[in-house]
Amino acid sequence: MSEPDTSPKVQTTIETGDEEPRDAPLNTKETIIETRDLDVYYGEEQALDDVSMEIYEHDVTALIGPSGCGKSTFLRCINRMNDLIDSCRVEGDVEFGGKNVYDDDVDPVALRRKIGIVFQKPNPFPKSVRENVGYGLKIQGYEGDVDERVEESLKSAALWDEVKDQLDSSGLDLSGGQQQRLCIARAIAPDPEVILMDEPTSALDPVAASKIEDLIDDLAEQYTVIIVTHNMQQAARISDRTAVFLTGGDLVEYDETQKIFENPEHQRVEDYITGKFG
Amino acid sequence: MSKESETGIGSLQRSGFVVRKERLYARLIAASAVLTILVTVGIILALSGRAFSFWSEISPVTFFTGTSWSPVIAQSYGVLPLISGTLIVTVFSALIALPVGLAAAIYLSEYASDTARSILKPALEILAGVPTVIYGYMALVYVTPLIDSVLPLSAQVIPPGVPVLPEFTIVMPSLRTFNALSASFVVGIMIIPMVSSISEDALSAVPDSLRQAGYGLGSTKFDVSTKIVVPSATSGIVASYVLALSRAIGETMAVTMAMGMSPQMPYFPNVLKNLAESGQTITAAMVQIAGADSLGSGPTYEAMFALGMTLFVITLTMNVLAELVRRRFREEY
Repeated sequence: MSEPDTSPKVQTTIETGDEEPRDAPLNTKETIIETRDLDVYYGEEQALDDVSMEIYEHDVTALIGPSGCGKSTFLRCINRMNDLIDSCRVEGDVEFGGKNVYDDDVDPVALRRKIGIVFQKPNPFPKSVRENVGYGLKIQGYEGDVDERVEESLKSAALWDEVKDQLDSSGLDLSGGQQQRLCIARAIAPDPEVILMDEPTSALDPVAASKIEDLIDDLAEQYTVIIVTHNMQQAARISDRTAVFLTGGDLVEYDETQKIFENPEHQRVEDYITGKFG
Repeated sequence: MSKESETGIGSLQRSGFVVRKERLYARLIAASAVLTILVTVGIILALSGRAFSFWSEISPVTFFTGTSWSPVIAQSYGVLPLISGTLIVTVFSALIALPVGLAAAIYLSEYASDTARSILKPALEILAGVPTVIYGYMALVYVTPLIDSVLPLSAQVIPPGVPVLPEFTIVMPSLRTFNALSASFVVGIMIIPMVSSISEDALSAVPDSLRQAGYGLGSTKFDVSTKIVVPSATSGIVASYVLALSRAIGETMAVTMAMGMSPQMPYFPNVLKNLAESGQTITAAMVQIAGADSLGSGPTYEAMFALGMTLFVITLTMNVLAELVRRRFREEY
């Protein structure tokens, strides 16, 4: 790990990171998340088996694999959403900016303020558009101009033009695709470092899904994006790196997306990608 | 049979017996629904008939503005002291039941482990099942002496020497044997299960995806419970509040026993004195008339229907208001 373990310094590297060109060679990027020997169990059942990987900042990292392969579990380990499941047990390290997030002195509430998450099904609160986006700011005691930040976030989520005249109507009145972009705006409003996305387009129609895909590309300029997807074309289109999980919670191959899709090392990965399996 | 073999798909008819049986069931079910409507209409007609007959003898103005209720002795029929008694009990029992009931519901829905829930829910049901006459008895025998042991208390609201404002001390005097405070207290306890069980249903119905979204944004459990789950369940919570308040307004036995039978106009400005004194609610006044010798006829007897009508209009208004609030804040998720 090249990164010291205090979060303010993570912030610094992200600012310098902004000046990096998007197509810089991948190996010059800093590691922001690193897992080592990560095992996860639900009760007796093992969901992840000895997963070690490094995720680089400002990358879009796609996690693909068949159902039940542990990719969502992996995603939810990163911001400790798995803590909410009683039967879930995590062994091994998940380092975020050099700090193991499972250390006793890490508060999952504070962690999730740095690592936001967008879910499969759009889940806006039954509140106004403005309150939805402002929610994270409110609970985190944001001291700046909330309305301004709400506007910025909605613009970053490519939703501002569609909702600027209905900020006070319910978030539930929006279409499915708009709701999902609202959830993305809500996740980025408190300005996290990392955004986790758990199949964010699988409940949407193709047009709405493609808007989200475009958005993900833009988001990677400011944030690190880790996305679980069932859709291999989507992974190929939007990600810089792809991790292939196969049955049993095995991380089989993790590399630059182009390499994974054009010339994978493992026969099992090739079979999966070409549709022979899974 | 020949048709069956022709088509090859079996009979397309049901036997006449089955059809008639189905029709009978449908009618029985409809009759049950109609019965409830008939009973409601019957009650309203019976109530309003006698009530308007009362108001033709005693003017409604006298009834609704009179400050003295003494139907048997002084023939005075002012309902304000009774409304005041009912309001005092309703307001102070609500002060106990609404926050405690909601907090219990939040605990049950969001915090409690399965073990804790399996103990608490039956306990609340038992609380709801205690006959109200026992609550009245508890108020008289235990609650009043217990509270009275720390009274009187006084607190200086405006100390001497403050310019312009007069010196003002608020005093909670010692309790009468029959008093509004212990009546309110036991009515409050009595309606907690109603608030908590209906509110808990509403809270539990909030989809888990909203909680996940909240946690994902770095909410604490308390944030999720109070800023996401409770607002999302507003309509159910309001419904539980209104039902509980209606119950408090209509509660009879406990308030008759604990608060006594002496109608009082409210005291100002020391509102706490109202709690220490005895009083009479609308319901208790009806009990008193029903237990008196005047059954059958005369304005005293008919006053019971006028009171019933008044009570009915109050609770009906509340239910309508509740419905309006419910529509305004309906859950959509």
